[in-house]
Amino acid sequence: MKKKIAMYWGAGCGGCDVSLLGIHEKLLDLLDDIEIVFWPCATDFKYEDLEKMPDKSIDVAFYNGAIRTEENEEIAKLLRKKAKVLVAYGSCASEGCVIGLANLYDKKQIFNVVYLQNETTKNEDKVLPKEHANDLGLPKFLPHLKTLEDVVKVHAYIPGCPPMKPVLEEALEALLQGKTKFGKEVALCDECPRKDSKPEKIEIERFYRWHEKEDNGDCFLAQGIICMGPATRAGCGGECISANIPCTGCMGPPPKVKDQGAAMLSAIASLLGDMDEEKEEEIMDSIRDMIGTFYKYRAAKLLPEGRLKDES
Amino acid sequence: MSFEPKIVAFLCNWCAYAGADMAGTSRLKYPANVVPIKVMCSGRVDPEFIIDAFEKGADGVFIGGCHPGDCHYVNGNYRTRRRVKMMKKLLEEMGINPKRLRLEWVSATEGQKFARVIEEFVNEIKELGPSPWRK
Repeated sequence: MKKKIAMYWGAGCGGCDVSLLGIHEKLLDLLDDIEIVFWPCATDFKYEDLEKMPDKSIDVAFYNGAIRTEENEEIAKLLRKKAKVLVAYGSCASEGCVIGLANLYDKKQIFNVVYLQNETTKNEDKVLPKEHANDLGLPKFLPHLKTLEDVVKVHAYIPGCPPMKPVLEEALEALLQGKTKFGKEVALCDECPRKDSKPEKIEIERFYRWHEKEDNGDCFLAQGIICMGPATRAGCGGECISANIPCTGCMGPPPKVKDQGAAMLSAIASLLGDMDEEKEEEIMDSIRDMIGTFYKYRAAKLLPEGRLKDES
Repeated sequence: MSFEPKIVAFLCNWCAYAGADMAGTSRLKYPANVVPIKVMCSGRVDPEFIIDAFEKGADGVFIGGCHPGDCHYVNGNYRTRRRVKMMKKLLEEMGINPKRLRLEWVSATEGQKFARVIEEFVNEIKELGPSPWRK
């Protein structure tokens, strides 16, 4: 019997939906074994179709994107009810991803930037989204961005922004066989295309942002360019590195690491060369954006309730 | 009731923990808000530990290590110094007062210093009030 599959997008960019097509011919093989019962991005299904399905009738439901609005949350709960296995697909659903950085700001600040202050936004009448207009209601914008596991129980996670071909192939195969554990346990450095150029001992003298230095093709960290490889899960094949771009950590931490940013911060501190305290201060101040650098994909995990307010 | 902060103190086996012992055997008094955790080296204190402590309800985290140049493992305390600096920057970005994280060098003979810095730290945290960072 064909396995019933559903795919839904929450607050995301749509890249995850497209990434499913990124497995190319493999998708054709897959289509012999699966039946797509719900996929708003690609096929015409309405929410009421999903509501009418019997509970637990979907074999595997993929949820990509984070939970930003009431609608996202409602469908997450509905899918949870209708599916046997619910999978957080991609970085947004698993850990909040880049849009999780919005948790550093509140709703008012976000709306101001998005609808009013953005240079490319033309909004002379200063129209902001409302929750009600005439008889129509719009889903509420939640105070903080949540990940799928903050709302419902999740069985499996497919990491990546979006999940890369090798990760996806392995994950789909495992999930269709009823397994929920898959993926590598080691860090990206293990499969890095620049692995051989990593010196025995890295000693960073100063940090460069990657437009500030001519890349000599060696290990990025050895060049003083922050690369999240040591704290990031392997599996993607290091595609960014192959394109001469350091890893920013979209695969999340390896399974045995709890906090990717803290792990990377710790690694960076041990990679600095010998220097006095003054120089140390200077070199650390050159990292301007700690959360954006070390928690680019996990800010929603670090600050689930938004930026903290320490009185005084 | 006045606010009694919870403080987690990571103390290195060779200097700061021995310093705390010295404070005890010298019968020095310091506030009882501190929960000491012995680690082999202050360099063992992973930033994850600090985050974990705050998430589990610590109002302040104290790290005690050997004086620069005195580390039993040669350079563990230098790494700690760097990690703490980076953690302070991170705390600030998160909206937490970086004063809630404190690193001090305490040698095995500095029982008095240990008692003094703990008292200072506890008073500082009392002034700051409870930490908003809890899960």
